Amino acid sequence: MSVTSALALRRGRGRLHWTDLASYAYLLFGVVLMFGPVLWLTLSSFKTQAALLEFPPSLLPTSQREISVPGFDKPLPQFNVTMDDGSTRVLAQARRIGLQAQMIDPAEPTRIIRVALDKRIPLRETAFAWSNYTEPLKQFDFMRYLGNSVFVTVVATLITLLINSMAAYALSIYEFPGRNATMLGIIGTLMIPITIILVPVYLVVTWLGLVNNLWAVILPGAATPTGVFLLRQYMLTLPRDLIEAARMDKASEWQIYARIVLPLSLPALAVLAIFSVMWRWNEFLWPLAVLSKSESYTLQIGLNAFQGELQTQWNYLLAMTVITLLPITVVFMFLQRFIVAGIANTGVK
Amino acid sequence: MQLGRVLAAALIICGMGLAGPVFAESTVRIAWYSDGNEGEVLLDLLKRFEAKNADIKVVVDQMPYKAIGETLPVQIASGQGPDIARVTDLGGLARYTLDLRPYLKDPAYWEKNFGPFLAWMRPEGDTQSIPGLMTQLTVTGPYVNKTLFEQAGIAMPGPQATWDDWAKATKTVADKVGAPFPIAIDRSGHRVFGMVISQGGKVFDDKGEPAVTDAGFKATAQRLYDWHKGGMMGKELWGSVSGATYRAANDEFKNGQVVLYLSGSWQIAQFDKTIGNAFDWIAVPNPCGPGGCTGMPGGSGLIAIKTAKDPKAVGRVMDYLADEDVLREFYSRTLFVPGHLGLSAKGVDYPTASPLAKEALGIFSKGVGSVAPLAFRLQGYPYNRLVFNAVISRIGQAVSGETSLEEAYKRIDADVAQQIAERKK
Amino acid sequence: MTVDMQRAATARPMAGFDIWGVVVRVSDGPMRALQRVLGERRMPYVFLLPNLVFFTLFVFVPLGLNFWYSLTGGAALFPSQRPNVGLQQYGFLFDCGSMLDASSCREDHFWRGVHNTLFFVVIQVSLMVLFSLVTALVLNRPIRGRGFFRAVYFFPVLLSPVVVALIWKWILQRDGVLNAAITTLGGQKIIFFVDPGWAMFWAIFVSIWAHMGFYTLILLAGLQAIPRDLYEAAAMDGTRPMRVLLRITLPLLWPNMIVVIVLALIRGVQTFDEVFVLTGGGPGTATLMVVQYIYETAFANQAQNFGLAAAASVVLGVVLFVLTLIQLGFSRRRAGA
Repeated sequence: MSVTSALALRRGRGRLHWTDLASYAYLLFGVVLMFGPVLWLTLSSFKTQAALLEFPPSLLPTSQREISVPGFDKPLPQFNVTMDDGSTRVLAQARRIGLQAQMIDPAEPTRIIRVALDKRIPLRETAFAWSNYTEPLKQFDFMRYLGNSVFVTVVATLITLLINSMAAYALSIYEFPGRNATMLGIIGTLMIPITIILVPVYLVVTWLGLVNNLWAVILPGAATPTGVFLLRQYMLTLPRDLIEAARMDKASEWQIYARIVLPLSLPALAVLAIFSVMWRWNEFLWPLAVLSKSESYTLQIGLNAFQGELQTQWNYLLAMTVITLLPITVVFMFLQRFIVAGIANTGVK
Repeated sequence: MQLGRVLAAALIICGMGLAGPVFAESTVRIAWYSDGNEGEVLLDLLKRFEAKNADIKVVVDQMPYKAIGETLPVQIASGQGPDIARVTDLGGLARYTLDLRPYLKDPAYWEKNFGPFLAWMRPEGDTQSIPGLMTQLTVTGPYVNKTLFEQAGIAMPGPQATWDDWAKATKTVADKVGAPFPIAIDRSGHRVFGMVISQGGKVFDDKGEPAVTDAGFKATAQRLYDWHKGGMMGKELWGSVSGATYRAANDEFKNGQVVLYLSGSWQIAQFDKTIGNAFDWIAVPNPCGPGGCTGMPGGSGLIAIKTAKDPKAVGRVMDYLADEDVLREFYSRTLFVPGHLGLSAKGVDYPTASPLAKEALGIFSKGVGSVAPLAFRLQGYPYNRLVFNAVISRIGQAVSGETSLEEAYKRIDADVAQQIAERKK
Repeated sequence: MTVDMQRAATARPMAGFDIWGVVVRVSDGPMRALQRVLGERRMPYVFLLPNLVFFTLFVFVPLGLNFWYSLTGGAALFPSQRPNVGLQQYGFLFDCGSMLDASSCREDHFWRGVHNTLFFVVIQVSLMVLFSLVTALVLNRPIRGRGFFRAVYFFPVLLSPVVVALIWKWILQRDGVLNAAITTLGGQKIIFFVDPGWAMFWAIFVSIWAHMGFYTLILLAGLQAIPRDLYEAAAMDGTRPMRVLLRITLPLLWPNMIVVIVLALIRGVQTFDEVFVLTGGGPGTATLMVVQYIYETAFANQAQNFGLAAAASVVLGVVLFVLTLIQLGFSRRRAGA
């Protein structure tokens, strides 16, 4: 059977065909490719700062085993040492001077054994550096930033859903002069990334007196062209007879929108909601520009405070990144079936 | 009856007037970034200030450095900035600074201890104002992985060695021990100019305008180019990003892959924490050339902003932070080189520093004394960032093979001239 | 009307909808009054109004301001404080020996950005659409666990661009996981980000990795909407699989493909964060994109050359707008308007 027939959806006749195997192989490869890197991120977030900077990277979070030896106030790192006679022993290192290490057998703390640097290998054990997660949370106002991010995300999504659906309703159900021009205008602006108009938008926000207010983060992005585009495509597929019938029943336009069109557009609204949540949650550049008071910071800005001019505290950055991933993963798991249903219906036509 | 009422009203008003200042709280906002633990230390010090000054509340907005460099200037320009900010682009933000002189207890103390650095923070043409203090003074200089030298069995060049001596030595060491980077330099125009001035570069012409690509500069650029070609510097440090993007070689040095790393004194705290004594990392004096053996000074400054709503309160906060004892504690906990002349002369104790860190701090502090006056002048030049950006961007292109060095020189001069012309419009 | 829609229309409203019901009932009074005043014909404008207000304030006005900025010079922030220089900034941008050779231009980084972005967008969108199509076709087969695979492919879409770039930067660094794998297989380490070809390759790869899932889902939905009887009829006629693909599947899928291509092009041109964090625009300027140039001209250390950045962004905007129009024109013709 050729590849094209595999792709042309011939049903396998109950047995496992090689095309089925090929498909599963392709899909499994996809899983590794899509999930692998994220798994790597999560594992790495549990490594200590020193372990993170090691080349080559170790798979599991490890740290060097240490042991408390009487007579020393700090625990000493342990190594696997190859002795002169070829045997290996586990020794603790008291001090390193130049190319020689002074090692001690914890059983005999007073005897110092000199070992050359290249004869010792650090003894590692799997250890999860939970402090990567707890330390930063102590250092900054995590709950407040979380609250701000949640507020921005929820409010912005609600506003977006409302005004975009109203606009999409107008543009799909009605014929009116200026409709095409408006469509063009809206779609034309789809291509404008905010980085380009950052400064002018900042000026507008200043004139409105909204700087340092969370509303300055919420409002500018509320009218998304993508949202109007998606919703309009979906609403175009709705049957007109329902609407005509409602009009004959003396329903007001507002009621037609609110009671008929909107409920029917639920799948598309769900898609837009998910995207809005995702964009708002991950938004970094614009909030950074417009919020300078730390009380109004969103989570993304707070997390990135770990980047100074000259070095980045990777271990904390990674851990906090994993934390920002969690809410969106949860939202995704709950709304997943809506995405597919919604996308199914927005794509057509 | 009437009189009674009037009297009562007057008393109430007076009472409010008296009670006013006691209850009115002033908020001072500081925009701050951290490389290590400076944020913690600052908060700790400010808590004590607030305890002694109940009428002032100090809020520290910790932000990523990216915000300090990119969006803070826009916020300040639009009048929405903080009252005090820790910044590195002193020249560029000088026109927004507040002159603290009328609000300080003892301006003469400030002049005595922060004297030469105040010039960096003052707007063009101003010779009188006191805009802020230095949170740290930094000096550029090389770190060397002494353990690698020992393992290779090669002697380290002495204090008066030139860059060519070091290049030869480090290449031999790297080949012997298998280290991929004999020399690493931060991808920053600022670091390069230490070398340029040591090679006799004059940077400015007689009229005080930048004349970057002179003989000393070309000697440095040629060396950098040849080193990249010859494998003495790895292409991935400079050649893997574009424009003026900053790239440091911390990670590579910490992992023992670099023999000599030209960076600066701010790394000490981080190296102490992450390298510990895994290998012997030491600081050495800057290599010499016909123009001297200098590094570039720098550091971040804590400046007061013009649009501050309560300059008196700002003055009090700054006075506290400039106090010798407070600064001494700050420096000793953050392992910074003092930007306070008095403390620099007396020396600061670093009880939390390991012996390696203490030695490195000593060498860098001594290095402050041998910084060339031209280096100070360049650091204080208001458009120095334009020069640094142009240099690193174009040399980066040359090093990654996109242009020739000659092209790069032409572009550097053009970039600098065009951008300064634009700024002056 | 499909069965699903009917069901949705008559289904019991969710709890949240009762709140909405209350809101509707309350707001209906004033809305009816408005309708009486304006007439049914004018109601669409009412619905359109909030969106337009936001658009005007936060998109059209800034665009206008942007244009104003592009006619000014100097380094001040407020346009009123900036000196008027006419079309000088545009003059700088187009001051070229030959537009095909970036190094002959005064603003060579801008033109490098233009060339790089063009290349990136064309290759990235074609490949991404191709892979999305193949994946959608595979997922459309009768396989088990389709929901799981769909979710897996969609997951990277949720990640912020910075996270995506960080993850891959580690994997690809000199001593990262990929090089570790290469060396165990006996090869030499490859320093990817020093080579212009590799850097662009990975920029495109990572971009596809991060966005493919979304487009796969759109195409999959389109595939699943194609009625089965068409395939069965073709099977009965003994039609060869290739003809089935070309004559039945693809034409019916075309509307979805249009959506995918338009959205992918749009996102492609706007690419900045991902590539910037991954390669920084390097080596040299091999992966420097136009948006990065604009951003750096305005915000990089002390540059604050707002006028030039604005001029570049106006040029970019015009080009994009024209592209959009052409795209829409095509889709209208194909789908029969």
